[in-house]
Amino acid sequence: MLKWIADTVVFKLFGLSPQTKLADALHFFVYDTLKIFLLLAVVIFVVSFVRSFFPPERTKKILSHRRLFIGNILAALLGVVTPFCSCSAVPLFIGFVEAGVPLGVTFSFLISSPMVNEIAVVLLYGLFGWKVTAIYIGAGLLVAIFGGMIIGKLGFEKWIEEYVYKIRTGQGSDVIKQGFRERLEYAKWNTKDILRRVWLFILIAIGIGGFIHGYVPEDFLTRIAGPGNPLAVPAAVLLGVPLYSNAAGVIPIVYALMEKGLSMGTVLAFMMAVTALSLPEMIILRKVLKPQMLGVFIGIMTLTIISVGYLFNAIL
Amino acid sequence: MEIKVLGPGCPNCEEMKRRVEQAIKELGINATVEKVTDMAEIMKYTMSTPGLVIDGKLLHAGKPLPPFEKIKSLLGG
Repeated sequence: MLKWIADTVVFKLFGLSPQTKLADALHFFVYDTLKIFLLLAVVIFVVSFVRSFFPPERTKKILSHRRLFIGNILAALLGVVTPFCSCSAVPLFIGFVEAGVPLGVTFSFLISSPMVNEIAVVLLYGLFGWKVTAIYIGAGLLVAIFGGMIIGKLGFEKWIEEYVYKIRTGQGSDVIKQGFRERLEYAKWNTKDILRRVWLFILIAIGIGGFIHGYVPEDFLTRIAGPGNPLAVPAAVLLGVPLYSNAAGVIPIVYALMEKGLSMGTVLAFMMAVTALSLPEMIILRKVLKPQMLGVFIGIMTLTIISVGYLFNAIL
Repeated sequence: MEIKVLGPGCPNCEEMKRRVEQAIKELGINATVEKVTDMAEIMKYTMSTPGLVIDGKLLHAGKPLPPFEKIKSLLGG
């Protein structure tokens, strides 16, 4: 069906003959635009509906007084389903601390939340298939679980700003009641809201993808930064840390890198570094973390992401 | 009517305040809008910003923002 539309547009409407580079690129663009936007709309809608059952208040209750490891796994998983925007990081952090969520567990949540999200998942699935998607989700959870565990083990509670421990709100798990109709409505808003924010990025991503697909020879970058170069992973991560973009914006770059022959682990590590560590989020987190703690957080994340990159380069 | 917009000052919170003020103007109701940025105060109501509190009751929390029409109906329009 989608292929038929793409065929019609490229070969009939534009009258291009098949097997030319331009037709190839345009066909890719039309087909993938349709496919990805359909997927995005459906997935965001479903995910938003599911998320309406996991407000942060409930997540906080589930994670309260959890032990390390089990707590970190739960937190990483809940990070995926709890709706959370980084501008809520401060109240969320304070709320978690107040509810007795261990520090390492809180970090597992904060790490997994921006990294593993529905937009990344849909785009990866649409452009690279389910295998890469599964690997990305697995890797994201790994980074969140182990990053959080290491931070928890280090016992750096003293490097949290003191006022965090003083705020006593007594705020329990007071959640706005939602019925089935409200949840559907919420899912609809969210879908519209997200699509409105990301459509341009995605079009650019697919455009670059289409161009590369049609014109750039494969194995272009393989010689410089392929599996043969042991420094490719740290270089990609160090480059990605200061860069910031959401998942939608980083995919064009990821797509280009991958099509040009960079190995999977290197590309995923780059994508994680870009989405998980961002300057705006660091500025927000600085309000609750002392500079030392922020440094430790960035350091541990960088090392964990590099390790995951190597791991995937080794096993794939 | 006493309205509080809860948020530390991110663009979403500003947008929420703008929509609320616009809704009040269109509905012609008598209301005060207060922007709450103090964390302890915000956390009395919610962990998810932006929050919308009308006469002491939390009616919206977090992203996405309610559409303009929804805000109007929350304000009784």
